[in-house]
Amino acid sequence: MANATVLSSTQPVIVRALRAIARWRRPVLIIPVIILTSVVVAGITANWISPHDPNVGDPNHRLQPGFWGYEPTPPVIVTKEVVAVISPSDIELQKTQITEYNARQIDPNAVIGDKMDVVVREGIDTFYILGTDHLGRDLLTRIIHGARVSLVMAALTLLVGGTMGTVLGLTAGWYGGWIDEAVMRMVDIILALPLILVALVLVVALGPSFQLIIVIMAIAIWPLFTRVVRGEVLRVKTADYVALAKVAGAGTIRIMFVHILPGIANSMIVVATLLVGVVILLEAALSFLGAGVPPPTPAWGSMLSEGRDRIAVAWWISTLPGLAIFLTVLSLNLFGDWLRDALDPRLRQLE
Amino acid sequence: MQRFLVRRFFLMIITLLAVSMIIFVMARVGGDPRSLLLDDHATKEQWELLGEELGLNKPLYHQYAIFMSGVLRGDFGESISQRRPVLEVVAEKVPATLQLGGAAFLLALVVGIPLGVMSAVLRGSALDQIGRAVALIGQAAPSFWLGIIFIFFFAVYLGWVPPSGRQDWNSFILPTVTLAWGGFLAGSLRLMRSAMLDTLDSEYIKLARAKGLPSRAIVWKHAFRNALIPPLTLAGVSMPAILTGSITTELVFAWPGMGQLAVQALWSSDYPLIQGLTIMFTLGYVFIALIVDVLYAYIDPRIRYL
Repeated sequence: MANATVLSSTQPVIVRALRAIARWRRPVLIIPVIILTSVVVAGITANWISPHDPNVGDPNHRLQPGFWGYEPTPPVIVTKEVVAVISPSDIELQKTQITEYNARQIDPNAVIGDKMDVVVREGIDTFYILGTDHLGRDLLTRIIHGARVSLVMAALTLLVGGTMGTVLGLTAGWYGGWIDEAVMRMVDIILALPLILVALVLVVALGPSFQLIIVIMAIAIWPLFTRVVRGEVLRVKTADYVALAKVAGAGTIRIMFVHILPGIANSMIVVATLLVGVVILLEAALSFLGAGVPPPTPAWGSMLSEGRDRIAVAWWISTLPGLAIFLTVLSLNLFGDWLRDALDPRLRQLE
Repeated sequence: MQRFLVRRFFLMIITLLAVSMIIFVMARVGGDPRSLLLDDHATKEQWELLGEELGLNKPLYHQYAIFMSGVLRGDFGESISQRRPVLEVVAEKVPATLQLGGAAFLLALVVGIPLGVMSAVLRGSALDQIGRAVALIGQAAPSFWLGIIFIFFFAVYLGWVPPSGRQDWNSFILPTVTLAWGGFLAGSLRLMRSAMLDTLDSEYIKLARAKGLPSRAIVWKHAFRNALIPPLTLAGVSMPAILTGSITTELVFAWPGMGQLAVQALWSSDYPLIQGLTIMFTLGYVFIALIVDVLYAYIDPRIRYL
């Protein structure tokens, strides 16, 4: 065991994280990890595992409750007329007509114009585990697809904002002087902006779009990366190995990305984990206000706002996507807190 | 101290300039700013007149100067959806937002600080667990979701309070709790708890215990006062954030304030209104932040050197 601990300090952070999870020093952590894994899996496999189409609703089953209010209707016998073709859009006619092909499945002698008694069993195809929304769309399907939207948005935002923040933080910390001063004042300004309102200005001027939201959220988070990276660079800059790299003739870019960056990877992973939650909440708030991903894309925030006016008749439309946001962010926070304690307790002071 | 003040003041000016710059540029990236500033039924005369006012035939820096002089005189143009001056439209919504924000701020302090102290003193107790749950929910739950659930449970199901609007005192309860909980209650609680734990662990508290002081005096007279600085700093920083947080809360509760106005401006693509709102919001935002900074520099001299 002692041997393993010594070894582990030289291993990549992800290996150490996985090992620590495997050891289960905090059993409570298993629940957040399960939740996060399901969200990621649901997001990736959304197209295959969803029971229905996320954007096409069944107008016959609007505002239908899920498993909590599901009452299977007893089979009824309906007299239907056998016809050649049924218009797929005419719901009323479908109740009294049956196609010749289908009729022959029941009675091989059926011909067009016959009347026949058919046992109609409603239920199986109209069962929605989590109910439907005001357009008859399956809520579970939309929540699963919403996970994909949230994940893609968070990943892209972290990629753009994280890269920008890291590069600026590295530059500011390494060069110091007026460059440092300029970057840090920029950080101050961004943090002093009422971001949601600025986002609304941009959306009114340019129209809502996927790309715009990513840009806005990236602008919101890069200063947080820069602060941490800069602080870490200042700490690592004077380390012996950096001085030795310099003596060995490494250029500035090489030192920054090959020597310093891996040295501060731990803190960056912790910050990124904690920021995913922030980004998901920000995206949800923008979508909720109507400034997020344009409809009908199923984003959790916009689903919440669609159900807001119908809370008295169908509480599930708003409550369940919100629960998805809450559980995801809560798990991220718990996981991030644990990761910070495990990898880099110094970051505690960031709170 | 003076240097610190000058610095904060400059930051405030630069922030305002940055916001005005964003608004100015955004109106022009799509082409003619008049297409954003006038509605679709504007006559040709109005169109020409506005072009004249904005100085559209002059160079860009001149246009910006015209825009800024308008802003400084409080002239933000006319709201498209309401056909009244933006300043007038916004001004009548300010009190509602300030009332709600102030109430939420007080509630967060009144609940968060004592709960944080007790959580630290009774570490590991049931109360500590409750405090932890309150903080975790506040940080992870979208405040508008909490608001919707509150409306469903307390207003629709139990019928104790009105679901929305701003009438009697009881219409304040749900929006205030929502804004406080989703806002800075969680932060103040967590910071108060950790600051209190740190302080209780320090040498002078051990000395006080060794002297045989009663526990109540140690906690409230010695530890509490010193531990109060971090949460108070956060309180100052959070005050502007409460303003932004009120946007979603006001929407959920149909609260007739600036936040709801901002959403209406978004939905009706009312650029003059959203630009005026944003500038006034920013002004309030940085002004509060400046005052708070100065107060802290006064209370805790160490801050001046940050």
